[in-house]
Amino acid sequence: MSAATVLRRSRAGTALAGQPPAPAGGRGARRLLVPGVLYLGVFFVLPVGTLLATSLYAPVPGGELGQYTPALRWQNYPEALGAFWPQLVRSFAFAGAATVVALVVGYPMAYVIAVRARGRRTLQGLLVVLVVAPFFTSFILRTIAWKQILADGGAVVGALRWLHVLPPDGRVSATSAAVVVGLTYSFLPFMVLPLFAALERLDPRLLEAGADLYAAPATTFRRVTLPLSMPGVVAGTLLTFIPAVGDYVNSSLLGNSTTTVMIGQVVDARFFRLLDYPTAAVLSVVLMVTILVLVTAYVRRAGTEDLV
Amino acid sequence: MTRLRLGGAVVPTFAALGFLFLLVPVAYTVLFSFNDGGKTNLVWRGFTLDAWRNPCGAPRVCSALVGSLQVGAVSTVVATTLGTLLAIGLVRARFGGRPAVDLLVFLPMATPEVVLGAALVSQFLSLRLPLGFGTVVLAHVMFCLSFVVVAVKARVSTLDPALEQAAADLYATPWQAFWRVTFPLLLPGIGAAALLAFSLSFDDFIVTSFTSGGFTTFPKFVYVSATRGIPPQANVISSAMFVLALLVVLVVQVVARARRR
Repeated sequence: MSAATVLRRSRAGTALAGQPPAPAGGRGARRLLVPGVLYLGVFFVLPVGTLLATSLYAPVPGGELGQYTPALRWQNYPEALGAFWPQLVRSFAFAGAATVVALVVGYPMAYVIAVRARGRRTLQGLLVVLVVAPFFTSFILRTIAWKQILADGGAVVGALRWLHVLPPDGRVSATSAAVVVGLTYSFLPFMVLPLFAALERLDPRLLEAGADLYAAPATTFRRVTLPLSMPGVVAGTLLTFIPAVGDYVNSSLLGNSTTTVMIGQVVDARFFRLLDYPTAAVLSVVLMVTILVLVTAYVRRAGTEDLV
Repeated sequence: MTRLRLGGAVVPTFAALGFLFLLVPVAYTVLFSFNDGGKTNLVWRGFTLDAWRNPCGAPRVCSALVGSLQVGAVSTVVATTLGTLLAIGLVRARFGGRPAVDLLVFLPMATPEVVLGAALVSQFLSLRLPLGFGTVVLAHVMFCLSFVVVAVKARVSTLDPALEQAAADLYATPWQAFWRVTFPLLLPGIGAAALLAFSLSFDDFIVTSFTSGGFTTFPKFVYVSATRGIPPQANVISSAMFVLALLVVLVVQVVARARRR
């Protein structure tokens, strides 16, 4: 028996001694992981690796459009970023704005479902169904519906002009505002559902305790409800922000072709219309890395604030 | 007291506006399935049942729907199976690599769809795999898998290991213990995960558009038609799916309530 085997056995032994063994646990359970881990390895890790490699490809000298050769052409990065930083920055700005609006719109919805409708199961169930109902109709048809709703001759633009929010010839269609409205709309259910889940776990006695201690409702909200719903806020903002940054359906259907272009549209066009795979890959890699850095920083910060 | 009552009305009013915001485009989609709009269907021209009488009347709309249903069915079965195994394994297995597996499951959810699409198509192109139904299914299984794991894991961790132990004490093989004890207890979670996987796959556009080549799904059909005008038949199909999904949810809720009693 080799030393490694002894070590492994004894470690397994202490693990078993420390906790009651779960049936089908240990090695049997570990085998259950194999197919899924292999699948994600082959169809997630490997493709991301290929994407990284593609981002450094060089064009074949004298080759046709779309012909590239494996290389380490690091200039691809400054070149792509130099050309497309405005679209990249805009994607983060639009997604950030949509996330903030979704939080402001979604929080009262989640609060009403979780706290005001507490105990009334039918009403609660109905409201949850209303939140997920948009998922049952085509995402793209709903986005096109916004195009119709925000059209120049429509009631929304008419009302905004009448209220002097918009000048008499002002429009919403094909503006940044239309894209942000579309993004907010598309991912609002992803904001409401985790908020609802967090608020539902809230013990109503805590709110009563706040009132008993003569806290104004606003104070109770700020000091009790909001901090306790932070896990929902973090989950909801991430589930809204991440898909919104990479989305190009809203910006291409509701925006214009110059001042509202988001990075997803650029990646799509580089890949399929211009066969410029390295640039598309560079932008995808930058997008992915930036999001991961932001998400890590955000979760850390939210985590520490929770403890304070 | 007045302040409390004021807050009492303000919050539900805001929430109602939120619900209105969420549902107006759905109403639009349904409404325009009854529009006598011809091919473009952008402005209201009058009520008709033409599109409902002939839902496959527009070219390629029904073949796109069938494509989406096939992709959704296969992806759901594969992703739910792999994801359920992975979820049980993650809760039960004791080993040092678990944080790494957790990360592997989390990363696809933290990656925007454009990046997933671009990565997969790079991979498929470099393997010289022809794009079509197969590549779309491979891609859909990948992004549905993580969501299945999250949904099923929540259910597995509520499970009492003593139940399986009891089965083992009664001389059940691990296989019997799984099918007769664990699986029935996990079923609601697995069912919810499968529904989630199907709806993610059925409505996916971005990953599909990268990995599908000449193969068309329903969302892709709608997006491609958007420039020329979407036939009202697309609205009919979408509205019918909406009603169907609502009925499914309703039945599930009623059944769940009957069980609780």
